[in-house]
Amino acid sequence: MSKSSFISHYSTSLLRVPLYSARVQAGFPSPADDYLEGSLDLNEHLITHPAATFYCRVCGDSMTGVGIFDGDLLIVDRSLSPRNGDVVLAVLDGELTCKILDIKRQRLLAANRQYAPIPIPENSSFEIEGVVISSIRRHRCLPS
Amino acid sequence: MFALVDCNSFYASCEQVFRPDLRGKPVVVLSNNDCFVVARSREAKVLGIPDLEPFYKVEHILRKHQVAIFSSNYALYGDLSSRIMQTLSRYSPDIEVYSIDEMFMSLQGFPANLKPYAHEIKDRVWQDIRVPVSVGIAPSKTLAKLANWAAKKIPQCAGVCILDTADKWQWLMRRVPVTTLWGVAKRQASRLAVLDIHSAWDLASADPKLVRSHTSVCMERTIEELNGNACLLLEQQPAAKKQIYCTRSFGKKATQLQPVLEAVSLYASRATEKLRQQQHLALTLHVFIQTSSKQANYLNLSQIAQLPYPTDDTRVITALARETARQIYRPGHAFLKAGVGLIEITDRHHQQFDLLHQGQSRQADHLMAVMDKVNRIEGKGSVFLAAQGVTKPWYMRQQYTSPQYTTRWRDIPKVRA
Repeated sequence: MSKSSFISHYSTSLLRVPLYSARVQAGFPSPADDYLEGSLDLNEHLITHPAATFYCRVCGDSMTGVGIFDGDLLIVDRSLSPRNGDVVLAVLDGELTCKILDIKRQRLLAANRQYAPIPIPENSSFEIEGVVISSIRRHRCLPS
Repeated sequence: MFALVDCNSFYASCEQVFRPDLRGKPVVVLSNNDCFVVARSREAKVLGIPDLEPFYKVEHILRKHQVAIFSSNYALYGDLSSRIMQTLSRYSPDIEVYSIDEMFMSLQGFPANLKPYAHEIKDRVWQDIRVPVSVGIAPSKTLAKLANWAAKKIPQCAGVCILDTADKWQWLMRRVPVTTLWGVAKRQASRLAVLDIHSAWDLASADPKLVRSHTSVCMERTIEELNGNACLLLEQQPAAKKQIYCTRSFGKKATQLQPVLEAVSLYASRATEKLRQQQHLALTLHVFIQTSSKQANYLNLSQIAQLPYPTDDTRVITALARETARQIYRPGHAFLKAGVGLIEITDRHHQQFDLLHQGQSRQADHLMAVMDKVNRIEGKGSVFLAAQGVTKPWYMRQQYTSPQYTTRWRDIPKVRA
């Protein structure tokens, strides 16, 4: 299987926004050309551990208090050790669930008053799947 | 020292990465066309499901024990494999990707006590990718392979086995049959049995010259490797393939020309896609069609055809493959399998130009680049030649495919909030 046969977020970025650019006007080179510094890469900005990072889609409204809404895209980094107060993905009843980690009181918190805190099960099978490092909302749908 | 990192039940483990509910449960993965069981999770092995067993034979056992069944999802396995490679590259400057689920690493000049390092590698791959791996470390690749076998099979090893001194590898070799070793096939084992070589240790302590005279020079090298002398080095640049084949059985036997031509068109375009990926051009192709080998009047029709100029244009290659298939096709038979091979290929950047033919046009280059790009972004098979047929009734669907969690936007995992 070759790497180029599927899209990966750590292959070359698909979209690049130029940082500096100028057209050549009447034969004079742009004075900015000497300062050309490539482009800003959103992957580089959002992702520090590409091999350990994956994306997922949110279903539900329990995290609206921290700005995570139904349909949002989450960027999850598995390589980080979860800290108190992190937004994490945990496995609850075999299902991937997004909640806030409260290590001190051993529970998972929603960011919505309608949802009660969930005590972290005592048994060792409980696992944090990764730390949510960003969430992305579209404010306008792209033409499909 | 070499390390071999090998993923445990790789395809089955991949299916569990985004399905935590399936961890610790029996899972099997089926081959192309859902014919055979090609991967089993540990729990499925415990149920006594043999490897490479036809699916129909074990389906009732699988259903009875509620085993999770998956068709192979190579997009997922390939992506997770390259993530593992990327993670391992932090642990050694020299890595050889031996297969989709095995990587050799050079640990030249690393500190003497490698056990904590091996555990760190294993734990890191689990933490970052959620694929379980075993680590075998030894002074040669053949011994590292054996160490990895022990890491998997001996529970006390806990996934890590280091054979760094002669007494350790000798202890192990006295206890395993010679066929456990890398590069010793069953056929060779019978030749070795003539020399009274049965255990791995028998081979390691045998006279290399005598063994060579009964087998091959490779076996002599294996003996060297088993005694801790590295003969095989890491191969970091996998050689570009010298031939590219796409061969597959039909889901349903084809009794007419039309489905055969559609299948040949699809295989030709798949092979050509791979050709473009490795930046080569094809000169000669091989087309064959076969009936079932289990039938009395078994038919294997095959022909070689020359392309007009070195090309990677799907249209040109497909047209010639179809023309060739049309010539060899004989009515009145039920064909089960077809294949297209690009058997003479040349590096795109070192091609010999023809004095009388200008070769492939720039437009064709552009068109193929656009086709590949669309298929990369929109998913395989989004743009294809109509010659392949649209409904493909001869093509067996893979019934149990999991989502492409990491390589297709509409397939990314959903999480509850």
